[in-house]
Amino acid sequence: MAPTPAGQAHDTRRSLLAAFLLGAGIMAGVDEILFHQILRWHHFFDRSTPAIAIISDGLLHSAELILMVLGFLMFNDLRRRTMLSAAHAKAGFMLGLGAFQLFDGIVNHKILQLHQVRYVDPVWAYDLAWNAVGAALLICGLALLRRARG
Amino acid sequence: MHHDPPSLFILLVVLPAAALMLYLLALRHESNWPRHRIIAFATGITLLMLAGTPRIADWAHHDLRGHMIQHLLLGMFAPLGLVLGAPGTLLLRRLPVRAARRVAAFFGTIPLRILTHPLTAALLDIGGMFVLYLTPLFAISMQDPVLHILLHVHFVLAGYLFTWSIAGPDPAPHRPGLKMRMLVLFLATAAHGILSKIMYGYGFPHGTHAPLAQVEAAALWMYYGGDLAEALLAAMLLVIWLRRRGDIATMRPVAA
Repeated sequence: MAPTPAGQAHDTRRSLLAAFLLGAGIMAGVDEILFHQILRWHHFFDRSTPAIAIISDGLLHSAELILMVLGFLMFNDLRRRTMLSAAHAKAGFMLGLGAFQLFDGIVNHKILQLHQVRYVDPVWAYDLAWNAVGAALLICGLALLRRARG
Repeated sequence: MHHDPPSLFILLVVLPAAALMLYLLALRHESNWPRHRIIAFATGITLLMLAGTPRIADWAHHDLRGHMIQHLLLGMFAPLGLVLGAPGTLLLRRLPVRAARRVAAFFGTIPLRILTHPLTAALLDIGGMFVLYLTPLFAISMQDPVLHILLHVHFVLAGYLFTWSIAGPDPAPHRPGLKMRMLVLFLATAAHGILSKIMYGYGFPHGTHAPLAQVEAAALWMYYGGDLAEALLAAMLLVIWLRRRGDIATMRPVAA
């Protein structure tokens, strides 16, 4: 797009970043609302969890929260100044959704073992579905990014 | 259980109402005071008064969930509104110049600079909650009316101090930089979430004879309610940061 009269072009890098932060934050919200509260497949705290896992989980959650607020404010700011690149924002949002889903599936569920997707046998089928969705979202995001970069 | 509604009522309903009256009286001398500050301050006062209504106070006395709602209102949500109302600015403008200078000098002394540092404020606010909920202090405070009152005073004062030390329109010449404040907010948010999880997982506070389901519900409300309040505070801080960056972005084309 041509530069605006003020000499500003779309800020593609910040559009991507702002939407990525929003995507990751929204995926975390979906996880908490859908799986923790509505389906109750897993809980936010497993009583046998070691202290270090509670602390790392708390730090992670805090970072997520602050980054999501930052994403929202950045997105709003870019829109107001008409510097938002919609194509980059779409790609960033998808990348954020996928990155959080995969991170939760691999680090939280498998490495830290904070909780599992669902406490049934076989849990691997749920893990596979969880991480496949994450990977699919990530690939969509990468494809959108390629298109946005033309 | 000991009930002491009159003093709590004075503390949380009469005093805030008086503060709002003074705030509105001081506004008579202001020609272009932003309306959103008045709304914010009035909202903060309303939340304090809501927490002090006999209905909520009674509920808080026999139900942990009621206590948690009271705690969230007093210590987290009301301070956001009060700080956004910029009562300090208003007070300094109404004071005679010499007195205002004295107040400013007082806030520049070493003890006050230590007290108003975000780290100290976070320790008093969130650290105070660790002490309250994980030790027998909470159970004792339910039996001791004086301690009970002091606890509510502490919630409001520590909440206000922490909020003001992080962000807000009032003058704060000795406030540390944005990075330090962001770091403290990040750690405080994490600590609040961690405390809620410990309370949920291990049934704290102990010694209240509350059923476990009630303790768990209170801890969940603390977790999600705290998240919302910390997100709002993060937004206050991040807006300052983005505005600084935004100013640079909008200044450049003008200068060019």
